[in-house]
Amino acid sequence: MSVKDKVIEIIAEQAVLETSDVSLDSTLEDLGIDSLGLVESIFAIEEEFDISIPFNANEPSASDFDISSVQSIIDGIDALIEKQKA
Amino acid sequence: MHRVVITGAGTVNALGHDVPSTLAAMREGRCGIGPLDFQDVDRLSIQIGGQVRGFEAEGRYNRQQMSLYDRFTQFTLAAAKEAIGQSGLTFSGALAAKSGVILGTAGGGVNTWDQNYRLVYEEGKNRVHPFVVPKLMNNAAAAHVSMEYNLKGPSFTVATACASSNHAMAQAFQMVRSGMAPAMVTGGSESMLCFGGVKAWEGLRVMSKDACRPFSANRNGMVQGEGAGIFVFEEYEHARARGAEIFCEVAGFAMSSDATDIVMPSKNGASRAMEGALADARVNADQVGYINAHGTGTAANDKTECAAVADVFGPHADKLMISSTKSMHGHLIGGTGAVELLACIMALRDGVIAPTIGYEEPDPECALDVVPNEARDAKVDVVLSNAFAFGGMNAVLALRRV
Repeated sequence: MSVKDKVIEIIAEQAVLETSDVSLDSTLEDLGIDSLGLVESIFAIEEEFDISIPFNANEPSASDFDISSVQSIIDGIDALIEKQKA
Repeated sequence: MHRVVITGAGTVNALGHDVPSTLAAMREGRCGIGPLDFQDVDRLSIQIGGQVRGFEAEGRYNRQQMSLYDRFTQFTLAAAKEAIGQSGLTFSGALAAKSGVILGTAGGGVNTWDQNYRLVYEEGKNRVHPFVVPKLMNNAAAAHVSMEYNLKGPSFTVATACASSNHAMAQAFQMVRSGMAPAMVTGGSESMLCFGGVKAWEGLRVMSKDACRPFSANRNGMVQGEGAGIFVFEEYEHARARGAEIFCEVAGFAMSSDATDIVMPSKNGASRAMEGALADARVNADQVGYINAHGTGTAANDKTECAAVADVFGPHADKLMISSTKSMHGHLIGGTGAVELLACIMALRDGVIAPTIGYEEPDPECALDVVPNEARDAKVDVVLSNAFAFGGMNAVLALRRV
């Protein structure tokens, strides 16, 4: 499965939705994922890809990891995989 | 000062997943202690306990709830559902604003600690689930009860080891008696039956490998149990006005500290707690028909407790009944006072005195009527429930038939 498909699967599970309900430009808020849901999603993503995501809930926009949409999350993961696996 | 009554009760323990099945088991003298079943149990030298069997959490709670509920919280919520459902109370408006939940627990989310330590130390993982902290914190169970039932008044969790539930219920009783709260949800829970939880206890060398035999001359230690007991304590006039089913009255309590030893019980501390409870309830010693003992089955506790009862009750000590239901459900540590309150309710409301099972040999140092092996029909008006904990912290509740 591609990174995109895996991320959509993780987010859909967290939001208790079908993967078809999750589009690339959805925001987590659109999908009904609250702050606890967000940290749980980040945990699931770290577990899945064995990466470390620099996210601090106090300053959500401070790090490079952009959580504003599903697409930006996928892009962020791709970048981290490249950086951390190198 | 208001009178306080019990209008709801719920439980999950080794004898059953609700109050009726638990009381039936107590009446039959059934033993809920058996072989322990969990990861690495074969590495333990103690392999028996009062484990809750067949409690399918996945069927009761959804995925998100499961990620937040340690086993002690799961038991608590199941018991709370029974208790609050039974009471018929819905917490809204002023009732919600002033009613809270006070629970006892000694260890809190021990299974969560154990599982996650295993992940990081044994399996070398570098991250744990984000909800580990809210799951293992001691106040998690009380918090979820508050959230689930809209209890917005005073809520907290009390820890006094094996007396936690009695201290918690005494606090809740105080709040209703003083008029601070019209109703309080109270009780306690514990779930430490995992490798780490039992291994920690083994070192004290007070646990039995074969059975819990309180007061028996051949007793050889305590047996751990797990579970929850939850009650609704309600102001008497409030309960009567709405036609609530009343189980019994909570008449008084006392708390005392031994101030002597960190683990060995003191006769003096226990006596003061029992005397204090009688005084607070304004009852004479000779009105007490039954005592639900702390009765852990250790050499130390049982003889100290009996000596304290003899001191407090004088000649009446030979007339009252004193049994330990730990022989059936095990020692629930922070939850034990709560589950044992059910035996008190059964005594007052149903006129059935739970037995001390596993009793084999009389001990001259425990020469009281311990209701050996078989339950007994008897009408009693006042009962005491004892809890004497590590750290010398004692709490005794007095209850009355209504």
